[in-house]
Amino acid sequence: MLTTDVVVVGGGSAGLAAAIESSKAGAEVLLIDENARPGGQLFKQIHKFFGSRRHYAGIRGFEIGRRLLEEAHKNEVEIKLNTIIFGILGNKIGIVEDKTHAKWLKAKTIIFSCGASEKLISFPGWTLPGVMGAGAAQTIINLHRVLPGSRFLMIGSGNVGLVVSYQILQAGAEVVAIIEALPKIGGYGIHASKIRRAGVQIAVSHTIKEAYGKDKVEAVTIGALDKNMNLVPGSEKRFKVDVICLAVGLKPNIELPLMAGCETMFLANLGGQVPIHDENMETTVEGIYVAGDCAGIEEVSTAIESGRLAGIAVAEKLGYLTKNEAYDVKVNLREVLDELRGGPFGMQRKYAKQQLIRRAAHLKGV
Amino acid sequence: MRIKKHPILGSLEKKKEVNIVVDGKMLKAIEGEPIASALMANKIITFRKTRITKEPRGYFCGIGLCTDCMMIVNGVPNVRTCITPVTKGMKIETQTV
Repeated sequence: MLTTDVVVVGGGSAGLAAAIESSKAGAEVLLIDENARPGGQLFKQIHKFFGSRRHYAGIRGFEIGRRLLEEAHKNEVEIKLNTIIFGILGNKIGIVEDKTHAKWLKAKTIIFSCGASEKLISFPGWTLPGVMGAGAAQTIINLHRVLPGSRFLMIGSGNVGLVVSYQILQAGAEVVAIIEALPKIGGYGIHASKIRRAGVQIAVSHTIKEAYGKDKVEAVTIGALDKNMNLVPGSEKRFKVDVICLAVGLKPNIELPLMAGCETMFLANLGGQVPIHDENMETTVEGIYVAGDCAGIEEVSTAIESGRLAGIAVAEKLGYLTKNEAYDVKVNLREVLDELRGGPFGMQRKYAKQQLIRRAAHLKGV
Repeated sequence: MRIKKHPILGSLEKKKEVNIVVDGKMLKAIEGEPIASALMANKIITFRKTRITKEPRGYFCGIGLCTDCMMIVNGVPNVRTCITPVTKGMKIETQTV
């Protein structure tokens, strides 16, 4: 049975960064991804990112993806695509290659960077074709350049809802409205202003009541919410749409960490159940690490840095870096992560991450 | 509908077109694109009917997680069309079981 130093599961921003760092330090790294191409969700991100230059400010997501892939190839990361993991048994990983061949691999260490999936809300008519995740719409529009419809309703005014709405306009379709159940807009002001300037109305304290249609979405009814989140009678409005996008948050993909026996805890500010990890990104199972959105929903910049941190920590564990060599790099990465978790949005995530680390210390008896 | 012009991504590159057969009808698709993308480019939104109550389902998560977009592809049922690339002559059928 093939034994690899490090198996990285998921080739998005965190997984690529982790694989690059471990490989750079001299470890043998195998990166596994279910998809036909690596890069995770980066290649559908056509907007520019904020932040410092180190964190790709002003650079579009697909360009970050291209750079990470280049770095991975330069550092001889082996990437296995079209490969599904069906089981984790101790240090053995069961995979299916190209849908046909099942086999087991052995890994000295595993880094789970499995990303996130979209949360949903249900309402009468929510299963009709034409109701989809905002991320799903973003994939089909930006990556495959196909519009699933022409009149969109966006549910949720977080950054995903605001950014994807703007991208729908750029693709040439109409966004009839963005609705938000809370009394205020969830995402950054800069994104909200941009979409408003483009003429899209954001209706706060509004919810969806029902979607209508025979074989696909044809119309929708929305209504106002009072301060107790109850529908205001008589406030309903019905209008024609053919796509309804759900942008109501993300949750970490924790199925594989759970299978590996990693303990989780519920942290709303990180998206729900999150694998408990220490300041090296190591979970409650020795030798198993998490990185990126899989370790709590954050941003591309934090995903990359947490991936690098996991990659360095793994290289240290395997003896490719001495304690001293790893120390400075890890301290620096933690400082960068701390900086990135600033502002009102970031602070909440910073506290949640601290809770995870405290819990890990408690469980590990440190 | 295909997005031919885009302010950030530019004009749609010319890519290799192939024929696919969807419920007996010949349609044009781009080789390598997900089946779901080819169908929606041809304005097909309903991919599947549920087994018992025959309710329509379509593209939903776009990343192979939800299995709402499953169809019968070259005789194989339960194929996730959002992550399965189109190949030349592919036979695609609405799944109702």
